[in-house]
Amino acid sequence: MTMIFGIPIQALLGQLLIGLINGSFYALLSLGLAVIFGLLRVINFAHGAQYMLGAFVALLLLQYFGINYWLALFVAPAIVGIVGAVVERTMLSRLYKLDALYGLLFTFGLALTIEGTFRYLYGSAGQPYSVPSLLAGGTNLGFMFLPIYRGWVVVISLIVCIGTWLLIEKTKLGSYLRAATENAVLVQAFGVNVPLLLTLTYGLGAALAAFAGVLAAPIYQVSPLMGTNLIIVVFAVVVVGGMGSIMGAIVTGYMLGIAEGLTKVFYPEASNIVIFVIMAIVLLIRPAGLFGRDA
Amino acid sequence: MSDAVHTTKQKAELAQSRKTSTSYAVFLLAGFALLLIAPMFFYPIFLMKLLCFALFACAFNLLLGYTGLLSFGHATFFGGAAYFTAHAVKVWGWTPELGVLLGVAGAAVLGLVMGVVAIRRQGIYFAMITLALSQMFFFFCLQSEFTQGEDGIQQVPRGHLFGLIDLSVSTNMYYFVLAVFVIGMVVIWRFINSPFGMILKSIRENEARATSLGYSVARYKLGAFVMSAALAGLAGGLKSLVFQFATLTDVAWQMSGEVILMTLLGGIGTLIGPIFGAGLVVTLQNYLATSDFPVTIITGVVFMVCVLVFRRGIIGEFYASRFGRMLGFEHRH
Repeated sequence: MTMIFGIPIQALLGQLLIGLINGSFYALLSLGLAVIFGLLRVINFAHGAQYMLGAFVALLLLQYFGINYWLALFVAPAIVGIVGAVVERTMLSRLYKLDALYGLLFTFGLALTIEGTFRYLYGSAGQPYSVPSLLAGGTNLGFMFLPIYRGWVVVISLIVCIGTWLLIEKTKLGSYLRAATENAVLVQAFGVNVPLLLTLTYGLGAALAAFAGVLAAPIYQVSPLMGTNLIIVVFAVVVVGGMGSIMGAIVTGYMLGIAEGLTKVFYPEASNIVIFVIMAIVLLIRPAGLFGRDA
Repeated sequence: MSDAVHTTKQKAELAQSRKTSTSYAVFLLAGFALLLIAPMFFYPIFLMKLLCFALFACAFNLLLGYTGLLSFGHATFFGGAAYFTAHAVKVWGWTPELGVLLGVAGAAVLGLVMGVVAIRRQGIYFAMITLALSQMFFFFCLQSEFTQGEDGIQQVPRGHLFGLIDLSVSTNMYYFVLAVFVIGMVVIWRFINSPFGMILKSIRENEARATSLGYSVARYKLGAFVMSAALAGLAGGLKSLVFQFATLTDVAWQMSGEVILMTLLGGIGTLIGPIFGAGLVVTLQNYLATSDFPVTIITGVVFMVCVLVFRRGIIGEFYASRFGRMLGFEHRH
């Protein structure tokens, strides 16, 4: 058996893959957080709950309407995105003129409410969601065994991440978004409907979280508690990356996922705190974060 | 002429401030008297829980209300101190007062470490960093030996205060908790009204100006953070003696959320508001403990409602109300 640093190469690559998958979720979620924060100046604590909602909606769609994974991949984010947009329009939008902390507290309350409701209705136990038949099974790459679904998750998240980046950096809508981030009043004066833009942005962010949730459903169990512990890690990712740049959020997400996977190989006890440790070190050396602009 | 006008205005202000102090003193004395006789009417454990959480919320408010820093990691200090006190009393056989003091010292050290990292960013980032570091401490407690993982430290003896007074008698315990609570509140009150506290308020109002006046803002923030952590530790250490256990619940992020809710509900930046907020939340939890309806849903909804329409909190609204103004409270913020 081939060894690297005294570790069998299969174990190393296996953990690397898990790291890459976790990194995909970190990247998708921190991307959504960064998009929302960029324009709304709100840290969306409910992001984890929206991720959970995505997985749950997919599960319920399958159970009650027989809607399969592929359709759910579009329908679930759409539903969660619309719900998010409604919440933004009716409630969150009243808080923009206040201190940014109130937005955080409001979305925190929203997250508690959503999670509490789902725990009340469906219990805390996880429910399985089966891998779509097209992606079932695995393939032997010669040096390791790769479950196809996990490979799919990595590829599709990369595509969605890059797609979102292109949407924001290269399209007309994206240019409005970026302009409104810089100076909302001026953009409004040019006749752009900024409040609508804000609503769309929040809806898009929520939909991204829900999309990640649907992707996660076959890997992890669908449970009301799947979001919150994850979102705290994603906060650390966002602090490391700095929220100034979309690409920064994506790259940091993957990097930290891989770092976590590698820690599982070399020093398993520290694997669930390694991201926080990295965050603390980055803060001490470079307080603005790796890609951050604003301190 | 202008001198005369000035004097009248000053006199009016002085009278106003006296009126405020009088009203305040009357309220405090009445509250204290109520707490003294409360064990005759209420279940002592409930009252002690209330006092512990009230102190915790006031300690938290020291940071949010008077320095403008939202910490999402105060469970670390509360729960950390609970573990330290429980360990010292149970394993090392320390007396309760020494155990609580160790809890306070431990919480202060944790506060120093977390503070040094967290104050490097402001506002929203500060909240996220404290939350992340607190989650790290949670995992540490989950895996480390002395906390006994999922079980927590159970059956902590209350022991004898100063080796003399038996705290397993519930009345003795209550008055011990009340005494510590009052000491804690006096410390908070002195701290807020000290020159240090004034500088903290100036940082809350305008950080850039405080810097330009030559204050080392970071050092003051760190001082406030450690102070708040130590007092939260006081509440946590006390709590582990009251309930005779310390578990992971105390260090979990939900606890940090709970203390924010108590403060928000009672009134951010009011001295006594958090006490009322804690009272409401603890009562609600007790009330719902028997039903299977999850507290989380209500907590979440109350959070949203508070943020949307009730940002001044109960005491803040009372101060701003006609009755509160009549009693001369409007200056107290």
